[in-house]
Amino acid sequence: MIEPSSVIQMRGIVKRFPGVLASDHVDFELRRGEIHALLGENGAGKSTLMNILAGLYRADEGTIVVHDKPVNFSSPRQAIQAGIGMIHQHFMLVPSQSVTENILLGLDHPRFRLRLAENERRVAELGEQFGLKVDPKAKIWQLSVGEQQRVEILKMLYRGADILILDEPTAVLGPAETEQLFKTLRGMTTQGKSIIFISHKLNEVMAIADRVTVMRRGKVTAADVSTKSTSTAELARLMVGREVLFRVQKQPQTPGPVVLAIEDLTATNDRGLPALQKLNLQVHAGEIVGLAGVAGNGQRELAEVATGLRRAASGRILLNGENLTNQPVRRAIARGLAHVPEDRNRVGSSPNLSLTDNMIMKQYLQSPIGRGWQLDAGEAAAFAQRLKQSYEISAPSVETQARLLSGGNLQRLILAREITAQPKAMIAMQPTQGLDVGAVEVVHRLLLEQRQQGVAILLISEELDELLSLSDRVAVIYEGAIVGEVTDGDIEKIGQLMTGSV
Amino acid sequence: MDPIIILQAGVATGTVLLFATIGEIFAERAGVLNLGVEGMMLMGAMSAFSVANSTGNAWLGVLVGMLVAGLLSQLHAFIVIQLQADQVVSGLALTFVGTGLSLVLGEGLSKAGAGALLPRFSLPGLAAIPFLGPIFFTNQSVMVYLGYLLAPAAWYYIYHTRPGMNLRAIGEYPAAADSMGVNIYRLRYFYVFVGGMLAGLAGATISLAVSPGWFSELTTGGQGWIAVGLVIFAQWNPLRAMFGAYAFGALRRLILDIQGPALLFGASNIFKTHQSLTYFLEMLPYAFTVIILVIGSREAVRNRLGAPAALGVPYVRGERGR
Repeated sequence: MIEPSSVIQMRGIVKRFPGVLASDHVDFELRRGEIHALLGENGAGKSTLMNILAGLYRADEGTIVVHDKPVNFSSPRQAIQAGIGMIHQHFMLVPSQSVTENILLGLDHPRFRLRLAENERRVAELGEQFGLKVDPKAKIWQLSVGEQQRVEILKMLYRGADILILDEPTAVLGPAETEQLFKTLRGMTTQGKSIIFISHKLNEVMAIADRVTVMRRGKVTAADVSTKSTSTAELARLMVGREVLFRVQKQPQTPGPVVLAIEDLTATNDRGLPALQKLNLQVHAGEIVGLAGVAGNGQRELAEVATGLRRAASGRILLNGENLTNQPVRRAIARGLAHVPEDRNRVGSSPNLSLTDNMIMKQYLQSPIGRGWQLDAGEAAAFAQRLKQSYEISAPSVETQARLLSGGNLQRLILAREITAQPKAMIAMQPTQGLDVGAVEVVHRLLLEQRQQGVAILLISEELDELLSLSDRVAVIYEGAIVGEVTDGDIEKIGQLMTGSV
Repeated sequence: MDPIIILQAGVATGTVLLFATIGEIFAERAGVLNLGVEGMMLMGAMSAFSVANSTGNAWLGVLVGMLVAGLLSQLHAFIVIQLQADQVVSGLALTFVGTGLSLVLGEGLSKAGAGALLPRFSLPGLAAIPFLGPIFFTNQSVMVYLGYLLAPAAWYYIYHTRPGMNLRAIGEYPAAADSMGVNIYRLRYFYVFVGGMLAGLAGATISLAVSPGWFSELTTGGQGWIAVGLVIFAQWNPLRAMFGAYAFGALRRLILDIQGPALLFGASNIFKTHQSLTYFLEMLPYAFTVIILVIGSREAVRNRLGAPAALGVPYVRGERGR
């Protein structure tokens, strides 16, 4: 029954978490020497399934066969002994220790003395063999993210893993490092390793994988799909369950009067160096202004100064003519300035508070939720329940802690809160970063709805496609100032402005 | 005020600090701050003295002192590792428990006078080295010599052995160690126990060697707190701890001896004429400790000194959303 080339057979895997069926009778098969992509939106159950395979979780039902032997792992250690190594999104490396020490961590050998020189040589040889070059003596904190990832892979190879699970390995990599990783992975398959590649990025899956298994809401929607005989559009449909509109539908609209005006704004960054240098920008009612730029050119500081989170050294921020420069954040909120922060986990929400508490953060002072110095818990819960329903936030209840939400659901929560406050202007920074296709679509739709309502939106993003499809105008920031504006979607011109070559 | 005598006595008193400091280094390297050193030292000193007196065997006293302090440390371990309570609060409470318990159980011991003590001797050959010989190798307690061996051994263990590497990892980034099958909980219990045993050894060194006898809480006189400060001063490195412990030991002796001579640097000795000024001097080691602790509690300073990143943070396995 089991094909000879099959190294992993998972059958009928069920895993329940409180309130969620994370894995619903899932079958999965991996063949020797292939790169097998596990594709799905955030929260589709990919990571759960693989965490079961790697011994982190135990399945409630189902069987797993590895190398023709039935297994039942109760710890990652047992999975590694069976040859399965998982490389997580968050690296599990000790920053103050060297590459070699991290690789040796938790092993039974060397017995007592570390014999670093000898083991450093072995690590170097292993790196050579698989094209994972990294200095075995270097401390982890000295390494780039790409190098750290190589250490994680080496850690598994050193333990003799022949099946590697990579959980969204490219999320932290730049394009060059991604290309390097793909080359390495292909090289490893020729040496008999089998690889599971978890991802929600269609292009990457098409580029690297031989076969694809697609998951949605804890179920497999397509198995044994060959990348040679499918298309990005087909995979997207399998992943979200319907055709995805890659082109956003945008109604033509004439912008109204200026709502948000930033005049000669100057500010410093955390290290006290100039971040904004006499920046000027205007956003009209019913207009989305996209702000393009290479990361670190003052985008973050602009968002923070404009929302009152950082002091301006000089210049003015005007909202409908009222000066909000260096005013308390509460004043900006009262005047109708909405903020979708870059870091949704720590700035946009309070992870240990409930959905309700996170949702009422802009309403708790007003009736009916706020009653004098008291909170009306019933009203608050009802308010949260309404938002949860109308914004389709999937969570067991409004009492759930915000940190348990997936990225897409958390961003829905934040947008729900900001939009319900009926803003005049909105500053959204990287609102779709790290979200899957379905969630990106929701965020885009909500932003466009706000534009339709006449809200002035400043959209700061590093995704040029997103900026071009949503924005009425794209302004380009370079070294803390606006260096140009593009209205006709001339991507080459934006690229030149971003790199300061105009 | 013979400098040789001050340094010689400084090494002896410093040995007490050295044991306690190395013990705390082990606990903190594993990620557990134990402010109960003072209490554990008192329990160690009291039970060691008591056993040595009643059995006439000083070594048995040392062993029991270490075990008693080690057991007491497990109370802290249970509270902070198992129940994940605040380590500062639990450590302070442990000092109260240790101090109170040792005073009650040690009642009557102070009249008992010194019985069996640990041997002291000179090392033939080494004692003949000019200057260093009289300070380090002449007429010292066996515990002092043990200290010379323990500090380098602890250093080697932490930096050059596999268990030492695991120890550093569980104090820096326990999740990484856990994912590779290192048992965080068991090891943290173990190193808190090691820390407790060494605090007990420090206590036994006082009551059976350096200043024999049981003088209730004055036996340790706050040296446990100095040890906690020395850990930061030593940057969690046993070899640096050696230097700091002996320097603090010499300072304590200097403060005692400075009150003796009539003339100090050719002038009349104000510490002899005005006895109350000596209280100010006696305060100095503790003031230093407070300053080190305050400076060392700043995040930026800690990072620069190389404090274990997970120090004081309970480890909870596999929680989503960090």
